[in-house]
Amino acid sequence: MKAFSVSKAFTALVLAGLVLLPLYSHVSGNIFILTLFTRIVILALAAASLNLIMGYGGMMSFGHAAYLGIGGYAVGILAQEGVGSGFIQFPVALAASAIYALVIGALSLRTRGVYFIMITLAFAQMAYYVASGLARYGGDDGLTVYKRSDFSGLINLGDRVQFYYLCLAGLFGVVLLIWRIANSRFGLVVQGLRSNEQRMQAIGFPAKRYQLVCFVISGTLCGLAGALLANNTDFVSPAVMYWTRSGDLMVMVILGGMGTLFGPVMGAVVFLVLEELLSQITEYWALIMGPLLLLIVLFGRGGIMGLLGRFDRG
Amino acid sequence: MLLVVEQFLNGLQFGLLLFLLAAGLTLVFGIMDLVNLAHGSLYMMGAYFAATFVAWTGNFVLGAVLALGATLLLGIVLEVTALRHLYGRDHLDHVLATFGLILFFNEAVRLIWGPAGLALPLPAWLTVPVPILPGIHYPAYRLAIIIVALLVALLLYLGVMRTRIGMLIRAGASNREMIGALGINIKLLYTLVFGLGAALAGLAGLMQAPILTVQIGMGENILILAFVIIVIGGIGSIRGAFLAAIFVGMIDTLGRAFLPNLLRQVLSSTAASTAAPALSSMLIYLLMAIVLVVRPEGLFPANRR
Repeated sequence: MKAFSVSKAFTALVLAGLVLLPLYSHVSGNIFILTLFTRIVILALAAASLNLIMGYGGMMSFGHAAYLGIGGYAVGILAQEGVGSGFIQFPVALAASAIYALVIGALSLRTRGVYFIMITLAFAQMAYYVASGLARYGGDDGLTVYKRSDFSGLINLGDRVQFYYLCLAGLFGVVLLIWRIANSRFGLVVQGLRSNEQRMQAIGFPAKRYQLVCFVISGTLCGLAGALLANNTDFVSPAVMYWTRSGDLMVMVILGGMGTLFGPVMGAVVFLVLEELLSQITEYWALIMGPLLLLIVLFGRGGIMGLLGRFDRG
Repeated sequence: MLLVVEQFLNGLQFGLLLFLLAAGLTLVFGIMDLVNLAHGSLYMMGAYFAATFVAWTGNFVLGAVLALGATLLLGIVLEVTALRHLYGRDHLDHVLATFGLILFFNEAVRLIWGPAGLALPLPAWLTVPVPILPGIHYPAYRLAIIIVALLVALLLYLGVMRTRIGMLIRAGASNREMIGALGINIKLLYTLVFGLGAALAGLAGLMQAPILTVQIGMGENILILAFVIIVIGGIGSIRGAFLAAIFVGMIDTLGRAFLPNLLRQVLSSTAASTAAPALSSMLIYLLMAIVLVVRPEGLFPANRR
């Protein structure tokens, strides 16, 4: 008989909550909560994509916000130029993120440890300044997306509930994909590289190639989050690529539990809901949030999933 | 000619300022292996303390000295209450915890000093232009920054290379376990080094304050520059930090000053004026990427194994 697992039950509860949220929003007439959670689901997707390389691959990317920007600008720029079809916008967003990840990854993977953290950060900052310099597309002020991606006949992104479920489907799809990857031969090699690169290389695995592929997959998925985010806010600006945004994503992953399947989702939900709740209590919410993060690090190793896991072991 | 000399000095001044910030960061990083994202917050606190104390005392130098002491104290309190529990933990734990500290400090500043920025006025004797070469004048305050930063750099160099504590610091940077095994009071040494790092950041902040507005989040931009510098210089290397800081300060300043004109030679003037700001902001990141691609451990790696 399998023992009751607190972490699994809690995860299931949160996921069920996410699925049923539009219902609650409809019944209570609280539209704001649907808007808030659309944003949470999108950022959870981004955090999950970061977790693929951070948690499973041991590659600490401090520049993941760049993909949010690239995915967003792909949608924004195409819309501006009169290409409104989502069937074109989304593939372009993914392809642009993939190409960026391929180039950045190939260069960054020459370094390791803290140097890897810093070089990914450097490239993201460059992307940030490139976006700031796009005078035709708003420059510093950002670019308004007047019309959401058009998936006519399939789904209407202008409809709040439909858009929410699209984002949620995206999130579940990404988590499923990560689960498949993590348990595939490819994923096992990547995880092996995390624990002992030299040994894996000695067995004959081309380490860098595996890590690069993993890096590109992660970046591409984060680009998807970027394209959704631009549709959610109807706006994209260089600010989504600033380094503190990458920090936010990292915090969500670590807070939820790095290297666990649902950890980043939990981290994103808890981080953003907490931010929302605290900001309702006091204007100075960060005064509580900051020390809270510190306490979680000091006393809650392994993030939320690690904390819940403790109940399972009794 | 005048412009070139002036921009050259501006670059030197900015580079030296960055060195103060980067030196503290690389000490903490290289010796305690602590990734301190909140280092920029200490820079910000230095600036706010200075603005406050100068206003209270009505004396610029006295206010600056008090601010320096306050930042040192703040650094020590921070180390003892929070950060010392993070040594030996994963770098990611450091990122999360010190990211929390950034949130805390930004918000605390908003609560105490309000959301609007502060100005730190200079005393009259620091605003006069000083002749440095025949026919060339340079603002006294910027000159003062250069002198103070050079002095601090020299003291730091002598302190690290010639004193017993400096010897322990260097030993700690290359092998942490060993100095503990030799019976050195690591706890105290670490608190001291962190306090020193905080004071250096505070000094950079209070010296920069009269040039820029003192505002919330002012540490975040410059923190990344400091990280760029210690990564280019090689983590834990003071010499590397010094050379990289001067280099980055120069490139950043000269890039901003001369890139628009250079671009105008090859591009149309509208294209040049839109591309130049972005390109000059990117220069240092480009530099860092190139350095890391060519030398993945920075230019002067401190602890080669």
